[in-house]
Amino acid sequence: MPFPDRIERTVELAHPPTTVWSALTTSEGLSAWFGNEASVDLRPGGKAWMKWDHGHTADMRVERIEEPAVFGFTWHINGLPQEDPRRTYVEFTLEPTTTGTRLTVVESGFAQLTDDAHRKAYNDNTGGWGSELGELAAYLDAAA
Amino acid sequence: MPPPDPGAAKAAEAVAEQVFTALADPTRRAILATLAADGPATATDLSGRLPITRQAIAKHLALLTEAGLVTAEPGERRRVRYRLHSAPMQVAKQFLAALARDWDGPLAALQSHLDKAKDNDQQKEGDTQ
Repeated sequence: MPFPDRIERTVELAHPPTTVWSALTTSEGLSAWFGNEASVDLRPGGKAWMKWDHGHTADMRVERIEEPAVFGFTWHINGLPQEDPRRTYVEFTLEPTTTGTRLTVVESGFAQLTDDAHRKAYNDNTGGWGSELGELAAYLDAAA
Repeated sequence: MPPPDPGAAKAAEAVAEQVFTALADPTRRAILATLAADGPATATDLSGRLPITRQAIAKHLALLTEAGLVTAEPGERRRVRYRLHSAPMQVAKQFLAALARDWDGPLAALQSHLDKAKDNDQQKEGDTQ
């Protein structure tokens, strides 16, 4: 079973897309259900953040806005060092239904690996010290 | 946003698998924990600090080196020192991040927030009428 690169959830909400849109894309909306505090600069490339009372902060970058149907942002992968450039992409899709809105959230990019990390994870050791140590040992044995 | 690269995802999975396999064994966990806590050490150093024979430690170190979780480097008096190699751990962390990501909680909170807001609005409308 491969590790998940993407996570997807769908919920049916008894509210029109415009109401759901405000809850997802405004400082007031996000701070009411997601973070304890939030700020959103709602334009592509705009910065957004959420803060929680327990100290955690999420820095987001707005990527996609198609009001009131698609809202996408990227954020840092939880648990990786702050300086790690990898981010996951979160996309909310709002579809009107007869009873309100079908909201789908997809977060993808968990399994991404930068070229740099790939090189580090693989090549550092396989070539590196392993073979050099073998050469060193051979050299020392020959010299002894 | 570029589409996920299946090759990279597969590579990441292979690296993570090695990390989790290494961590599944209590002796290897102890070796990695000791290297993380105290820094690079030789097999002899480790056998002095852990209740495991030097032979068993050498066997595990060979496996960990092969998996890229520790790197061997020349130390004093021709003794090989082993150093924790953290890059694979970072990859494994990504997978843990996927498993630890909770969308169910926030979505339930969104649902109840919207329902509450609607109730309040209706109540306000009722008040003004």
